[in-house]
Amino acid sequence: MVEDEGIRRYVAHAILWIGIAIVAFPVYIAIVASTQDNALIANGQMSLLPGGHFFEVYYQTIFVGTSGSTREPVGNMMLNSLVMALLIAVGKIAISIISAYAIVYFRFPFRMPIFWIIFITLMLPVEVRIYPTYKIVADLHMLDSYAGLALPLIASATATLLFRQFFMTVPDELLEASRIDGAGPLRFFWDTLLPLSRTNMAALFVILFILGWNQYLWPLLITTRDDMQTIQVGIRKMITTTDALTEWPIVMATAVLAMLPPVFVVVVMQKLFVRGLVETEK
Amino acid sequence: MQKQAIFQSKLLPYALVAPQLAIVLIFFYWPALQAVIQSFLLQDAFGLSTTFVWFENYIELFKDPAYFASILRTFFFSFAIAVSSLSFALLLAVMADKPLRGSMLYRTLLIWPYAVAPPVVGVLWIFMLHPSLGVLARYLRAMGVDWNPLLDGDQAAALIILAAAWKQISYNFLFFLAGLQAIPKSVFEAAAIDGARPMRRFWTVTFPLLSPTIFFLLVVNIVYAFFDTFGIIDTMTRGGPGTSTVTLVYKVYSDGLLGGNLGSSAAQSVILMIMVIVLTGIQFRFVERKVTY
Repeated sequence: MVEDEGIRRYVAHAILWIGIAIVAFPVYIAIVASTQDNALIANGQMSLLPGGHFFEVYYQTIFVGTSGSTREPVGNMMLNSLVMALLIAVGKIAISIISAYAIVYFRFPFRMPIFWIIFITLMLPVEVRIYPTYKIVADLHMLDSYAGLALPLIASATATLLFRQFFMTVPDELLEASRIDGAGPLRFFWDTLLPLSRTNMAALFVILFILGWNQYLWPLLITTRDDMQTIQVGIRKMITTTDALTEWPIVMATAVLAMLPPVFVVVVMQKLFVRGLVETEK
Repeated sequence: MQKQAIFQSKLLPYALVAPQLAIVLIFFYWPALQAVIQSFLLQDAFGLSTTFVWFENYIELFKDPAYFASILRTFFFSFAIAVSSLSFALLLAVMADKPLRGSMLYRTLLIWPYAVAPPVVGVLWIFMLHPSLGVLARYLRAMGVDWNPLLDGDQAAALIILAAAWKQISYNFLFFLAGLQAIPKSVFEAAAIDGARPMRRFWTVTFPLLSPTIFFLLVVNIVYAFFDTFGIIDTMTRGGPGTSTVTLVYKVYSDGLLGGNLGSSAAQSVILMIMVIVLTGIQFRFVERKVTY
């Protein structure tokens, strides 16, 4: 541009690094705390440098859990979170892509009303239907089960809209060509449409996996057994006991473990993540 | 808009929409309907009989100063979270939009907090600002601040706002950066040739051109503050001290948890539903405008 940008550029670098420091500081503190002795932390004497208890704390966290509040190994909580996140992500994609396929590639009575019925669920997040949904899940005997954790969250207006949008851009010639080859609707879906949707599915999967892993309110309500709780619910229970008894290094190690999978996904699959985020918000 | 090339089949399309339709009807519409019905009923203390009472539950709710306070609080939280997070994210995005070395690295280092779950955000911040052991609380006390968010309601509210705004920075940053990159560089050059200094260029060129993004993010941030702060509040303050951090969603949860008044809890759900409908409506009207923009 017209002005000499030299100084401005240094200022920009400085502001960005300050921003990064602010964003990273809480996580740095969590990592440091997860390597220290609980007695020091409880006295308010925590050091700002890593301590020497890394292996011991993480071993206890993953395989044993806290000795007080929840005796559930965090490794098991992570497994529950993983199963739930995968069920939610895969489930949402699967049922949304087939309903979008039906809505775009077929003409049938009630086609548009069905589309609207799915669309309006955007306005019914779990927070506004907490207790009635809880009652239904209880009546169906799905409390403390993976089905109960995932099923009520699996419908997705956003994913359905996204696939519908994408299918509309697929050239009609493809369908005509596969029809000439003698392919029926299921063949066309499986051999042509699904491979074309791969990038969309991957981008959506990244977002939905993070969303699923980070679920909190719903698992909090419907899991009562310790061995069914997810890591997000587990960490809350760890700080339930009176302050003095909270085992902070284990709590912080759990926080780090809870962040690890979704943060890893964002950093490693950044392109897909950004694409998924921007597309689901359209 | 409709496809010209389609398949003919009587049953297949129904089979394809059936799974989603079943889930939507059983777990979304049925419970929502139950909430609406329940909100017009009054149950006696023993749960033995229910009577239809029209809008009594709603009237009781609006007469309750605690409910009114939680509405105001929710709006205040939303406003504070949105403004602080948006302004900080905009500053960072404007800096990252410059042709800097390592701009991809900056982006990576700024977007990952999106993936941190709200309850974990709560745990991270309460640990740093815990009155007796937090590392930041130490400095606050050294500066003479009587810091105790476990007892002081205003400080607890500030803590929630801070933590919630922190989490939302990355999301806002990402969308601001995308918005900035969509503005043609020639516009800035034209303004620069006209003699507009950088600050002036920002307020007269960048900011107006970014207004669709700002408006979109404002709505998203309000929705976030309404619903996603639940996990932050529940791990940090449990709505306390007293009721000083009870938002509308937290109130639905905690009132229902105590097993108290079912009708009132349902009425609260219905009011929230109406708010979501309004917010989503605003969002979609805006999206349409963005297309024609």
